[in-house]
Amino acid sequence: MAQKNIDVVYGLYDDEVIMMEAVKKANSDHLEIMDVYSPFPVHGLDPLLGLEESRLHIAGFIFGALGTLTAFLGMTWIFTKDWPIIFGGKPYWSVPAFIPITFELTVLFASIGMVVTFYTICGLGPGVTNPYLDDRITDDKFCIAFNKSEVESSAAESFFSATGASEVNHKTI
Amino acid sequence: MSSVVSPIREPLVTGGKTYHQITEDLISPTERTPSKPWVIGFLLSVMTFSFGAFCIIWTIWHGIGTWDLNRTIGWGWDITNFVWWIGIGHAGTLISAILLLFRQKWRTGVNRAAEAMTIFAVMCAGLFPVIHMGRVWLAIFIFPYPNTRGPLWPNFNSPLLWDVFAISTYFTVSLLFWYTGLVPDFATVRDRAKGFRKKIYNFLSFGWTGSAKHWQRWESLSLILAGIATPLVLSVHTIVSFDFATSVIPGWHTTIFPPYFVAGAIFSGFAMVLTLMLVVRKVLKLEDYITLEHIESMNKVILATGSIVGVAYLTELFISWYSGYVYEQFAFFNRALGPYWWSYFGMMFCNVVSPQFFWNKSLRRNVLFTFFMSIFINIGMWFERFVIIATTLARDYLPSSWSYYSPTWVEIGIFVGTLGLFFVLFLIFTRVAPTVAVAEIKSILKTSGDQYVGKNLGHAHSHDETVSTEEAH
Repeated sequence: MAQKNIDVVYGLYDDEVIMMEAVKKANSDHLEIMDVYSPFPVHGLDPLLGLEESRLHIAGFIFGALGTLTAFLGMTWIFTKDWPIIFGGKPYWSVPAFIPITFELTVLFASIGMVVTFYTICGLGPGVTNPYLDDRITDDKFCIAFNKSEVESSAAESFFSATGASEVNHKTI
Repeated sequence: MSSVVSPIREPLVTGGKTYHQITEDLISPTERTPSKPWVIGFLLSVMTFSFGAFCIIWTIWHGIGTWDLNRTIGWGWDITNFVWWIGIGHAGTLISAILLLFRQKWRTGVNRAAEAMTIFAVMCAGLFPVIHMGRVWLAIFIFPYPNTRGPLWPNFNSPLLWDVFAISTYFTVSLLFWYTGLVPDFATVRDRAKGFRKKIYNFLSFGWTGSAKHWQRWESLSLILAGIATPLVLSVHTIVSFDFATSVIPGWHTTIFPPYFVAGAIFSGFAMVLTLMLVVRKVLKLEDYITLEHIESMNKVILATGSIVGVAYLTELFISWYSGYVYEQFAFFNRALGPYWWSYFGMMFCNVVSPQFFWNKSLRRNVLFTFFMSIFINIGMWFERFVIIATTLARDYLPSSWSYYSPTWVEIGIFVGTLGLFFVLFLIFTRVAPTVAVAEIKSILKTSGDQYVGKNLGHAHSHDETVSTEEAH
């Protein structure tokens, strides 16, 4: 949310199916959509908005690998270099016994890392207040928003009335 | 848009709900003043929890000698309760992670509460090993941190230490998964709230806006977390079973333990989900969201896992006989017919016999019967852990050290106290957060609402007609 004071014109739709049709029409009319807001994830919307697949899983893999290495190399160093102890006549470097902790730390690092990454790239976090357009978006309205610097107000309004928006509003966020 | 849904599938949201009604039904319990049953339940839970806290302080003050453990029986109610609580937790992760991977839509009705249950159950479980250590102020020694004692490290080859890692990871991952799912629903609460309440939920909802990109990442995150929580949940009870299976005690030293513990965990967890949800459904009037279809699905899981547990019990008996190993044979003979025969038969009846009633469809859909069954199963699974732990230890290799164990009031008090803690936390949860996942219910409405699927469909209009009429006006 680096940008401030964006003039926005937005339309609210009562149903995700109507909203999806509207997004298709906006694409064919070459109207640049700023964002779409919805009370739940609408499937099939991402390709219409040109959103690429999330790369969170890559972050998850990297953090997971970090966990694997931390656990395995850590235990190896402790039990072979730092303080070798014989337990039950087994070798110092008893790999099978390291597997459970290695697995747990892989999962722990991957999930903490991914969750932190998610909140950071979305600009979300404890106490963060992001500007939002309408209280009913988290209830039952589906919202298409245009940035007025990219789309003319009048063009947006005629687009909303043509696509069956139940309400059109202007707001600066 | 609508995915293909079989016409014989039963609806999961009944009452012809609209999106707004769903918000209204699910959020409003957090906005009303508490009802009388809630207040009474809460006070009772606080009282039992306070007694438990008193017993814990008593234990720490006077030492573990206040328990009836002895040289022969070193693990009693404490570890029994620990394994029982951990097992209960497993259903939450199973519902939210494994059923998400299997695309089971009925999970949306119960996943939020089940995950909350997981977190609270793991908190209760974690308490027991810590107070069992005796000197609780040294509990941090179990973590490998650089220290001035050498540094002296914990033994990474010990299953008890694996347990520390497994359970702390399990708690953390469950908490993250649960909270990330809650964020959009907290935003819904925020947008309906005013004044100070709005400030609180603004903080809790992390500034959620419902942007398309955020939803996309949120779904991706949920899916990957589910993917890694699935092996995690299986690993946790596997590692708990290693506490026993890697020892050389007859009756514990068996390779069947990991799968049998995991099945038992899911079995008991679903029973606890049913115990809680049947009450929540009634009190908060959520019959349209937690339908008989949901209850039947959970009862099927109970039937399947209960039967697995039954097969495991019988396998254990057969193998101990077939092994020709006298100590193993004695361990099982002693379990069934020794001084603790009553707990063995309690376990057999509650866990193996009683779930078989669920082969009957009308019993699977009978709410009252299900409720009593869920209590039975919880008791049975507690007996299972008691049988494994106390009866096995009571008769060890040396007949001269044979002993009998029964709990003191302190041990009973701590167990009752954790029940109190569990219900205190769960009751607070039903007040501050929507008990059913609001956004997820909305996302399945078009494929599982009773105006779109099921028997009532005949006179309702189809999907495309709804769209065209709405477009016209």
